[in-house]
Amino acid sequence: MQPAKALREIQVGIADYKVAAAPNKIITLGLGSCVGVTLYDPKIKVGGLLHIMLPDSTQFKNVNKPAKFADLGIPLILEELERKGAVKTRLQAKLAGGAQMFSGMDKKFILNIGQRNAEMTRKILKSLGIKILAEELGGNRGRTMILDLNSGVVTIRTIGSPIKEI
Amino acid sequence: MVDNDNKLTADQLDVLKEIGNIGLGNAATSLAQMLNKRIDMSVPETKFVSLEEAMNLVGGLEEIVACATLRIEGDVPAQVLFVFNNDSALYLVDMLMGMEKGTTKQLDEMGESVVKEIANVLTGSFLNAIGTMTQLNMVPQVPMFAYDMLGAVLSTSLVAGGYIEENILMIETVLFEEYNYIKGHFFFITEEQSLNKLFNALGLTIN
Repeated sequence: MQPAKALREIQVGIADYKVAAAPNKIITLGLGSCVGVTLYDPKIKVGGLLHIMLPDSTQFKNVNKPAKFADLGIPLILEELERKGAVKTRLQAKLAGGAQMFSGMDKKFILNIGQRNAEMTRKILKSLGIKILAEELGGNRGRTMILDLNSGVVTIRTIGSPIKEI
Repeated sequence: MVDNDNKLTADQLDVLKEIGNIGLGNAATSLAQMLNKRIDMSVPETKFVSLEEAMNLVGGLEEIVACATLRIEGDVPAQVLFVFNNDSALYLVDMLMGMEKGTTKQLDEMGESVVKEIANVLTGSFLNAIGTMTQLNMVPQVPMFAYDMLGAVLSTSLVAGGYIEENILMIETVLFEEYNYIKGHFFFITEEQSLNKLFNALGLTIN
């Protein structure tokens, strides 16, 4: 008897991305103000997950990790997906994260970074002509995001709420 | 923040550990007075870690933590973070409110105030000790608070505080109260320039 093929859950760290094919799953844990972007080509069941921290790399002198930024990370993962045979016009994007995690009175603390990440992510996807199929953005809770490359379904885990599929 | 840990010598890290010990020792005394209990605090480790390493040291990325963070203005712009796992945060509330251990089951607004106040007191006495030693002026701002998944909380606190570099200086702290210990992690995040100011103030030459 053949043992069942072990399903891999590929983990994406902060400011990183991974690309894979069915039947794998790709997961990123604990998105706060960061935004998780999944791109999925349903025809060939190939997809990727990107975990960005900041909207705009042009604001910084040292850019050592392009996947940290929405403006650099999205084109990067797109390129890798196309190398694996994905076609841009077929890609479906789903977004999660961009929350406001902290409360308090410090006015110099950047509270709207999640919102800015979300806005820039949408803008970059639009400029690349990639359609956004679903979003789970904003609010004040952390999220874990899992992309199932068999179905393209994205599962969102939040503390204190039931699991949600988008 | 320092680009890589090679820029600091083992001696300089020892100095930072000592600063951490003195600052946190003072903080422990304040907390002991506040709680009217004997509190010991130890600094098992001082090192530069990446954000991901820091998270792994505290716990799993989805573990629930209570976090209070304060920006520091003045001669040494920095940010401090206090991260307590859920059980420790609940027990801190019990201790501060003079209740039996296990009374507090969830962290409500009162719990948030307690964690913020503890962070205020600890940061104040930490900075006092270092200020006395170095004659540097460091002014803590009001605390910000989050209670959620470790990964979400830690990454957001750094980005929102304006720190996006790879490495952070972590001074690991363990608080002991008699036999029931509370595990807290203390992070001191600053830039290389600020660290140099600290070393200069202590009469240590750089490089």
